[in-house]
Amino acid sequence: MTMATTQNNTGRTRGGLNLQVIGPIVALIALVLIGMALNSNFLSYANITNVLARSAFIGIIAVGMTFVITAGGLDLSVGSMAAFVAGLMILVMNQLTTSLGVSLPVILLGIALALVAGLVAGLINGILITRVGIEAFIVTLGTMGIYRSLITWLADGGTLSLGFEMRELYRPVYYGGIAGISWPIIAFVVVAVLGEVVMRHTAFGRHCAAIGSNEKVARYSSIPVARVKLATYVLLGLLVGFAVVMYVPRLGSASASTGLLWELEAIAAVIIGGTLLKGGFGRVWGTVVGVLILSLIGNLLNLTDFVSPYLNGAIQGAVIILAVVLQRKGGTER
Amino acid sequence: MADPILSLNGVSKSFGPIEVLHGVDFELRPGEIHALIGENGAGKSTTMKILGGYIDASGGEIRWQGQPVSFASSEEAEARGIVMIHQEFNLAEHLGVDQNVFLGRELKRGWRLDHAAMRGRAAALLDQLECHIDPSARVAGLSVPAKQMVEIAKALSRDLRVLIMDEPTAVLTERDCEILFRQIERLREQGVAILYTSHKLSEVKRICDRVSVLRDGVMVRSAKVAEITEDEMAAAMVGRELSDLYPAKAVPADEVMLEVEGLSVPGLIAEASLTLRRGEVLGIGGLVGAGRTELAEAIAGLRPRSGEVRLMGRTLPAGQVKTAMERGLVYLTEDRKGAGLLLDKSLRENLTLPLLHRFGRVLIDRRAEEAALDKAIADFAIRAPDREMPVGNLSGGNQQKLLLAKTLLSEPQVILIDEPTRGIDIGTKQQIYTLIAELAAAGHAIIVISSEMPELIGLASRVLVMHAGRIVGALDGDAVNEGAIVRLAMGLGESNGEAAA
Repeated sequence: MTMATTQNNTGRTRGGLNLQVIGPIVALIALVLIGMALNSNFLSYANITNVLARSAFIGIIAVGMTFVITAGGLDLSVGSMAAFVAGLMILVMNQLTTSLGVSLPVILLGIALALVAGLVAGLINGILITRVGIEAFIVTLGTMGIYRSLITWLADGGTLSLGFEMRELYRPVYYGGIAGISWPIIAFVVVAVLGEVVMRHTAFGRHCAAIGSNEKVARYSSIPVARVKLATYVLLGLLVGFAVVMYVPRLGSASASTGLLWELEAIAAVIIGGTLLKGGFGRVWGTVVGVLILSLIGNLLNLTDFVSPYLNGAIQGAVIILAVVLQRKGGTER
Repeated sequence: MADPILSLNGVSKSFGPIEVLHGVDFELRPGEIHALIGENGAGKSTTMKILGGYIDASGGEIRWQGQPVSFASSEEAEARGIVMIHQEFNLAEHLGVDQNVFLGRELKRGWRLDHAAMRGRAAALLDQLECHIDPSARVAGLSVPAKQMVEIAKALSRDLRVLIMDEPTAVLTERDCEILFRQIERLREQGVAILYTSHKLSEVKRICDRVSVLRDGVMVRSAKVAEITEDEMAAAMVGRELSDLYPAKAVPADEVMLEVEGLSVPGLIAEASLTLRRGEVLGIGGLVGAGRTELAEAIAGLRPRSGEVRLMGRTLPAGQVKTAMERGLVYLTEDRKGAGLLLDKSLRENLTLPLLHRFGRVLIDRRAEEAALDKAIADFAIRAPDREMPVGNLSGGNQQKLLLAKTLLSEPQVILIDEPTRGIDIGTKQQIYTLIAELAAAGHAIIVISSEMPELIGLASRVLVMHAGRIVGALDGDAVNEGAIVRLAMGLGESNGEAAA
């Protein structure tokens, strides 16, 4: 008897879930179709590559953000953190150039520095949240201000630029690639795939969802709650460092406006992708779709002329709100 | 006898294609306490929700003072004086008592809130309930029984005609139950019609006038309480005669599995000591708040503590849940929904949560998980319509069985079970009692914490009683009886020789 009912109901739930699952994908496909209809250049290799490469920074950060949010946390500091890490990286690389010359080791050291700086920044956030016990929103609101102020100070209110020759040497990391696919896109894909696997198929991912769902249950189930939460912030910090490694060769500079509002775009992408803002359920592939939706909207507005690109923010905002409304409908139907 | 004020005539209710209530007749009369009993999933909640206006009936008729009505919402029912008190209280935790009592119906003077009047009315209502809490106190700081009183005061603040109570005593100790019973009886005298549900048949026998039994959505029996015995009620609920509820007790071996010496938790537990032997079921009794749960949590590493805990001869470090589990000691929480299960996750994800590292090295082995769930469903007779459903939608009994399966997944030697059968039906209770006895017979050592005297007496071969954070007595063999436990729990009598500490 139990078996029979099992099959019946499974079919029903799957059907109900589907709508929620495919929602973001449908939106993405719709955007692509609109783009094709509006502008013949939309699907061109150059345009698609451009859109994907530009969304890689936010995308890589948003993958990390998915874990933080799934575990019931939040990180507002990633945009400032990226700017600060980029500034630090440029400063140190310029310093090293004077002693080591324009050489590969300088780049490698710069990359290592960016990764370590991101990791440490994430660790600081995580420790303040999990060990000192301050609300994630407050901690990262604080560090957001701190990093933003530090980059402004480092750049003395202006712009920090990588030396010209160094920039030429580092350039291929953003503009190069293999088989016509540029490195940022490859990096984004690798991070996303790994993130999806970790979220769905490892104990860490399951523990994040458990903690976000009910921290007390997680603690009573002998999950090291503080350590897992700390790990999500460290992972996010590391990914911010990684995104910076891809970002610096693009312009070769950092200023007070670098990474501005990245945190909101990353959080928006996570939410559009179907991860619950209050935690407990997250999906990395959804975040990827969310990132693509947000950058396609911007791209479409640039390619067409009947809506001003200045309205980009308004349309993105409406999409975010719409996504949450749809999510909630799916939730109450159960 | 008074005419029914609210009644159901041939009411049925379907969720999708599944009919869960089949033509139910039910009457509530002013000045009568009518018990509605049945196993989990029998349709009690659905019946109550229809009466309270929370959901619509699919067929049949609801009558208010003889006239057919249909309530568009619970607000509409409440406007007529029909109030339902849920098992999970509907209180705004951060607001004051008076603010809660008048929530949504605030008294006003002009456009401003009339704080003084609300506080005064709330105080008068609480007085009427002989409940001495400060109307300005925040609800979050109140005890569970006090919160229940606030709910009742809230109900009284309107013109209360029908009171629907969903297992009000599930979260109360015996002493608090007495207070509640007095309030219920007082309301009856005032002519309120009361619907009362409980899994404790002795309560039904004691305070109710009439009892109706639901089984699988059918009203199988309705009688005056005076004309039906508890055994008959149980038989009607289950649909068969219940053999002895408690299985035979195992005889403990000599081997000591768990020793606790001078365990203290600041402000909660003082110098508690106990020993637990292989094959033993040790009961811990006492009032809610006596420190029973805190003691078990401290032993299991969920609370900081001082003092010594030795598990099979080895010292167990304080505050390390995982180490305790790995060495073979687990704690099953009394708070099934708050600390036991992830209500929005599937059965599988809940089952394997504490032991994920055993299911695959880097990637989780989904197939091994499914196999473990298959085994748990078979071993613990879990009835779930769908394996992928969120466990919050399972009945209380099945949730408890899943929680047991989850807790026992690590194959522990020493098991601390807190309120093993809270809020679950009698059929499932019996299964759990049998399981506990089997575990003991198989050589596990078990501590059972319970607020239900018959459970302690029926399961445990030895009972420790706690009062105000101390173990105040140990009862053994024939000395284990209700009177002795209650005396110790209330802080009366001394230990009967066999010193506990």
